[in-house]
Amino acid sequence: MRLVVDLNKCQGYAQCAFLAPGVFTMHGEESLVYNPRPGTEQRERVARAVAACPVQAITAEGLDDADEEPVGAGREASDAR
Amino acid sequence: MPAEAFHEWLRREGRIVIVGASLAGLRAAETLRAEGFAGPLTMIGDEPYEPYDRPPLSKAALLGMASPDHTELPRRRDIDATWRLGVAAAGLDMAARRVRLADGEEVPYDRLLIATGVHARPWPKEDEAQLDGVFVLRTRDDAVRLHRRMKGPPRRVLIIGAGFTGSEIASACRNQGIAVTVAERAGAPLVGALGGVIGAVAAELHRENGVDLRTGVMVTGLEGDVTGRVRAAHLSDGSVVETDVVVVSLGATRNTDWLEGSGLGAGPRGIACDAGCRAFDFRGIVTDDIYVAGDVARSPHPLFGYQFLSLEHWGNAVAQAEVAAHNMISAGADRRPHMWVPAFWSSQFGVNIKSVGVPSMGEEVMITQGSLTERRFVGVYGYQGRVIAAVSFDNTRWLEFYQRLIETGAPFPVEFTTVDRRPEGRKPVPADFPDPSLPTHGPTVTLSGYSPADRQLVFTPARH
Ligand SMILES: Cc1cc2nc3c(=O)[nH]c(=O)nc-3n(C[C@H](O)[C@H](O)[C@H](O)COP(=O)(O)OP(=O)(O)OC[C@H]3O[C@@H](n4cnc5c(N)ncnc54)[C@H](O)[C@@H]3O)c2cc1C
Ligand code: SF4
Repeated sequence: MRLVVDLNKCQGYAQCAFLAPGVFTMHGEESLVYNPRPGTEQRERVARAVAACPVQAITAEGLDDADEEPVGAGREASDAR
Repeated sequence: MPAEAFHEWLRREGRIVIVGASLAGLRAAETLRAEGFAGPLTMIGDEPYEPYDRPPLSKAALLGMASPDHTELPRRRDIDATWRLGVAAAGLDMAARRVRLADGEEVPYDRLLIATGVHARPWPKEDEAQLDGVFVLRTRDDAVRLHRRMKGPPRRVLIIGAGFTGSEIASACRNQGIAVTVAERAGAPLVGALGGVIGAVAAELHRENGVDLRTGVMVTGLEGDVTGRVRAAHLSDGSVVETDVVVVSLGATRNTDWLEGSGLGAGPRGIACDAGCRAFDFRGIVTDDIYVAGDVARSPHPLFGYQFLSLEHWGNAVAQAEVAAHNMISAGADRRPHMWVPAFWSSQFGVNIKSVGVPSMGEEVMITQGSLTERRFVGVYGYQGRVIAAVSFDNTRWLEFYQRLIETGAPFPVEFTTVDRRPEGRKPVPADFPDPSLPTHGPTVTLSGYSPADRQLVFTPARH
């Protein structure tokens, strides 16, 4: 699973930190710190956080995907080196 | 071919090449596919990794919340590209529409997007920069190396330059109980980006969190031991700092060297383009097949007098990439201008700092909400009687309101009162930016006018 938070959009509502505490943490009152590559066991929690974010600041990949390998350069590459 | 037929052909089978496989490059590729581009797409990147995110490298990664080699960007969609990773673009033939790679190969294109970003400015003395323990922080490799050394733990970290990145690293060090000295040429941290009034608050944050902050000084030299490891730094005030890790945070330089001699309007300040992200050639004539986006671009902005604006902002890379991608495959009237209002965030010492607009243009600043002493406030910057920027410390929810004021050119000083407006914020004070003729590193926003290629014309007066 991969994720990124658009911190320009993020308003520090901390919804994500309640729903997936191991992935999103508040640092101080408003700053959000997150793990961009959480383990699969967090999938359900992350999905809930993504859905709950009031400003839709979280983009995640691999949420509903059964196979863990994300779309990688490797898979698509025809001649990556 | 009429324009319409040409664009139809382009969408169907044109060849698009993107140089710079990072944030802007990836988001552009996704937009191209989302908008129906079906032709071959090539992504060229000199780093061996697929696109990853940089902001966590100086925040979550150094705080131990994330692994620095695990910040790959999530994909919004499958982009079905040919990836040429680990190989740099080394030249551009505009007439033949080809990109030359460092391995000698050439990649032809019908449309080219340049998104080569910037690189960290290295320590200027080469032999000292080579010392073991001297780092910069821009890439994933940099972060992995620094992270490893920080786990040491080091006895003391010296950070040269208190811009955003330097301050974030200092904050992460203190969070882990590592002794840290910050040396800054200006009078306070963040001065280049936010001015001296807000810089003073940043200085307090450093000191309260146990940073040994030295301002108004320059590091004059780094000294190694017999094994080639850094052991001390000499400062312009004659003092010596014993240190085993040095992080050079002196801002960034645009990756345009590879375009030298190509005829593109590319120079040390970036690549000039029009509001539709089309690059200019060195004569100031717009190309129609070469586009630019992200940190490497300089584009005219109506809110700032149509001066060229270069931003080192994450959000700009995303927004500009989307506009560039759209315009690359669209005909005249369907094209969109890139008129993003600059926005930036940073987090340090547990404080969330955000800005909108271009603070460094501000002549005066007033605190319209909260107070500086509480470290929870909004500061509004004025330029020639209108609102030009705003910064918030732990007050992010209000920023959108201020963005509207900037977009509508609202008058400054602002008249409205807020429940949390204090007497100290009733009158504007000088924003206290350093003399612009003295370069400060890392303001992350640069406004510049003049010729696209920054070439100097020599004027020879007629002889009598
Ligand atoms: C440590 C750190 C913290 C940051 N924090 C924030 C923040 O809090 N908020 C914020 O708004 N922004 C932040 N930024 C800035 C943000 O990361 C950038 O604005 C963003 O990465 C710009 O994306 P880009 O794609 O334009 O350029 P880049 O990310 O610089 O990517 C350019 C890519 O092109 C490659 N390249 C260069 N030359 C060539 C060549 N000749 N051939 C092939 N490839 C080439 C480079 O190696 C690089 O991979 C931070 C940056 C760093 C380094
Ligand atoms: S829920 Fe959304 S807005 Fe709230 S802290 Fe998380 S990312 Fe930010």
